Amino acid sequence: MKDKGPETGMMEAKEGLIHEGPVLTPAVDILEDGEALLLIVNMPGVNSDKVDIQLLENELTVSGRVMWKEPEAAAIHTEYTSGNYLRKFILPKEVDQRKIEASMKNGLLRVRLPKAGSVEPRKITVRTG
Amino acid sequence: MAIFRWRDPFDEHFREFSRLQEEIDRLYERFFGKQPYTLKGRVFPAVNVYEDDANLYVSAELPGVEPQDLDITVEDERLTLRGARETMNETETLRYRRREREGGPFHRTFSLPARVDPEKAHAEAKDGVLMVTLPKAGVMEPKKVEIRVD
Repeated sequence: MKDKGPETGMMEAKEGLIHEGPVLTPAVDILEDGEALLLIVNMPGVNSDKVDIQLLENELTVSGRVMWKEPEAAAIHTEYTSGNYLRKFILPKEVDQRKIEASMKNGLLRVRLPKAGSVEPRKITVRTG
Repeated sequence: MAIFRWRDPFDEHFREFSRLQEEIDRLYERFFGKQPYTLKGRVFPAVNVYEDDANLYVSAELPGVEPQDLDITVEDERLTLRGARETMNETETLRYRRREREGGPFHRTFSLPARVDPEKAHAEAKDGVLMVTLPKAGVMEPKKVEIRVD
């Protein structure tokens, strides 16, 4: 699976995904077993109802809206910036797009992409005579 | 007729300028996208610290960490965050195709910039973000030391 960086640094105004902060590229693990591909995406601060997964042909777009608010106090030390998340993936042909499942817990998104059942090789008998 | 100076794209200064622009773009990308923002080898967890008159607030990004697997201690103006991130072990059939997230145990200690009352500290975790609120300790009255003069 090849991933494709976000197209731009800014999201187009789209319902439910407008945020003043930057759009971040979340860190991702991609695993594969015999039956499926598994995407694990870090999205701290994103609630399960603020995740959006869209599939357009073979392009899977994962985005999340951060609901976490900074405390109303002076920032005295900053190591991370909070913002919305966006990342796109090109799915391999073997993924059965109808069977994609996703779950979100503790700011971690898991997407399971089952592979289409392997096709048995068909033997073609050559008739003689 | 106005005369404009034609800017030769191969002019030395102009080239220098575009190089600077590239540097800026690269920096921008590093902070705001294109690159995965959690790069390997980074200190975990990333924290932000805030302060107002009454409290210190420490927030940390802990995606995938169960709140019950997190250990937070406040002692001697030091805050310690300890826990473990779940990792998937590769097997015969399960293979990593790409690995950007870090896993395994973590342990981080900070010196706090103010005295806090550990008894009143509290924390909450939501959607993989931890927020520790540390009420500042009451201001100590300066103690006057009498000098005895014989």
